[in-house]
Amino acid sequence: MSNPHISLPQGSLEKQTTTLNLGPTHPATHGVFQNILEMDGERVVSAVPTVGYIHRAFEKIAERRPYYQIAPLTDRLNYCSSPINNMGWHLTTERLLGLQLPKRVEYLRVIIMELARISDHIICNGVVGVDTGAFTGFLYIMEFRELAYEIYEEVCGSRLTTNIGRVGGFERNFSNAAFEKIERFLKEFPKALKEFETLLVRNRIFIERTQGVGAITAERALNYGFTGPNLRAAGVDYDVRVAHPYSSYGDFKFDIPVGTTGDCYDRFLVRGEEMWQSLSIIRQALDKIQDLPADVYHADVPAYYLPDKSDVYTKMEALIYHFKIVMGETDILPGELYNAVEGANGELGFYVISDGGRSPYRLHFRRPCFIYYQAYPELIHGAMLADAVVCMSSLNLIAGELDA
Amino acid sequence: MTNEQIQSRLIEKFGEALTNFEESYGMLSFHAPKELNLKVLQFLYDDETLQFRFLTDITAVHYPDQVGAELAVVYHLQNLTTRTRLRFKIFTSVASPQVFTATRLYASANWMERETYDFFGIDFVGHPNLIRILNVDEMDYFPLRKEFPLEDQTRVDKDDDMFGR
Amino acid sequence: MARPVQYNTKIKTVEAPQGYSGEGFFATSFDKVIGMARANSIWPLPFATSCCGIEFMATMSAHYDLGRFGAERLGFTPRQCDLLMVMGTISKKMGPVLRQVYLQMAEPRWVIAVGACASSGGIFDTYSVLQGIDQVIPVDVYVPGCPPRPEAILDGFMRIQELVGQESLRRRHSDQYKALMNSYGIE
Repeated sequence: MSNPHISLPQGSLEKQTTTLNLGPTHPATHGVFQNILEMDGERVVSAVPTVGYIHRAFEKIAERRPYYQIAPLTDRLNYCSSPINNMGWHLTTERLLGLQLPKRVEYLRVIIMELARISDHIICNGVVGVDTGAFTGFLYIMEFRELAYEIYEEVCGSRLTTNIGRVGGFERNFSNAAFEKIERFLKEFPKALKEFETLLVRNRIFIERTQGVGAITAERALNYGFTGPNLRAAGVDYDVRVAHPYSSYGDFKFDIPVGTTGDCYDRFLVRGEEMWQSLSIIRQALDKIQDLPADVYHADVPAYYLPDKSDVYTKMEALIYHFKIVMGETDILPGELYNAVEGANGELGFYVISDGGRSPYRLHFRRPCFIYYQAYPELIHGAMLADAVVCMSSLNLIAGELDA
Repeated sequence: MTNEQIQSRLIEKFGEALTNFEESYGMLSFHAPKELNLKVLQFLYDDETLQFRFLTDITAVHYPDQVGAELAVVYHLQNLTTRTRLRFKIFTSVASPQVFTATRLYASANWMERETYDFFGIDFVGHPNLIRILNVDEMDYFPLRKEFPLEDQTRVDKDDDMFGR
Repeated sequence: MARPVQYNTKIKTVEAPQGYSGEGFFATSFDKVIGMARANSIWPLPFATSCCGIEFMATMSAHYDLGRFGAERLGFTPRQCDLLMVMGTISKKMGPVLRQVYLQMAEPRWVIAVGACASSGGIFDTYSVLQGIDQVIPVDVYVPGCPPRPEAILDGFMRIQELVGQESLRRRHSDQYKALMNSYGIE
């Protein structure tokens, strides 16, 4: 059946289109995304994306929970880089409370956040490789995600949904083993990353498959609300870490890589370069904490930071604080705050309205990939079906974050 | 560009229409009448000194106690050259939640407004495709309004008086 | 001089089932042979929706290597697979899709619910989340954790292998099994 609403490209042989349902459980969609594609032969004429297949009502849950219990929810937003989300939420709460953190805590946070950025980009770039036919690179570089996991385990005890850190600092100090593992990561990962890039960056097949695919101009990208590496690949140097420095990012020297065409190849390169920059930031942070007292891992804010367990059993004051914090009865002044961090795939914003109660009156997450995924039909218009798959994986869409 | 400059420029243009100017955590915020939401957005976009051309976010808040202005639609904007953020709100009653859509100005507003509709039932007049986005189409209420329960109502095994339900 | 090729000498073969053997023959029951063959060549269908899916990626890749258990071949089509691995939150919007995928699988089929969300809804006791996939399809093994560690997923997988290996050939025709299917509205 030919569809009167669809105009076919010039020179089209067949004068009718086919409807193709891609997803929501198609393996190439890397998540639960459904697209109803209108195909003219191999070419995509139009796409209608459907989302919401793992909508979990984070915002409603957050209205029932004390502030510190929202951190585990943020884990499950962008689960490829949960530490950034955790830190984002802690930073938001701290800004709401007006807490100042010691420098060492901020540097440690930067280390963890940049590790998370690397491990997120590992998945995204690895998967772009898989979708263009290079499974080897993915298997190879996934090994280094395991190393990053081991570091998180050393710091907080869990691998993926980390719930790392607390309001006011970390739950415990970094052990020597953690620093050793970070050193090991810094030593071994650059070699692997170099090899991974050698495998793909100048690879003829990879270039042919990604260059010019899913391109977007800077103007359209801004209009579509792109942020993060996808926006930078289009040539806009907007990075929350620099534009609105949070934590201690103002103390570090790093470059923001930008692309020119905004296609899949540029997105791949931008992510690759960001990993190198993150490695350099981690190195700088490690150097900086050398001069700082090694036993500081949280701010001295007894009203908001859980006291030591031995104090809870022996000191009245500590017991009261412990009780108040655990029951979520800490005092939070009414206020309204929008705080953003640079998530691995864009600007992750927390819009919180406090009415002075134990839980936020309203909490809204600005999820970057929810906002930029709506450009997908425009990105793949006129592209081949196989290009549509590459384009989707290079956008770094995380279903859990997108559907909130 | 300071928040005072933005405020005076806005008052110059809209006069008394914009109210409740305040600065919290360094961000300027104000209230606008709901008929003017597009005019304000367009002015902020076009004005040569303001240039708020990046729509960060659209969401809504439900205040059941404010009769006649139960729903607030919140816009977050950013000027990417001076890196200034701005927030403004419009209020609408829950009985007639009609608000003009920003999709003509920002392509990104499309899904943000669909999400806001899905959660709060705000009817964005002129939206090209205002249907539910995250929830199932059959849903007959707007779950983030305060009167609706969070929990899944089909569950019977959680009835602990102290902790569960 | 060392050989240029190295052979893996640490191969562990599955033990032969109980039976009678004599010169030139080995007799045992069909159940056991088929069970043994099935248990060691399971084709999983990963139905990964969220966080647990990422842990499954780790389970699949080189470090934990699910392939050691005879599940090297991930089938991405329900028609060819016999183990449905549901990993991650299943929302009410996704429920019918999951059921459809289950119905498309051929008998005998097994289901493993990986993670708290798939098992019970987990922390998401909300209006949009299905409170455990056993509301729409029967489940054989539940793996707890949010998300479970790869070791836990492997353990769940080995439990499935046990079930598969011991299953009677008549089970799928029994009245009990038919009653179970009917309770889910599946003919």
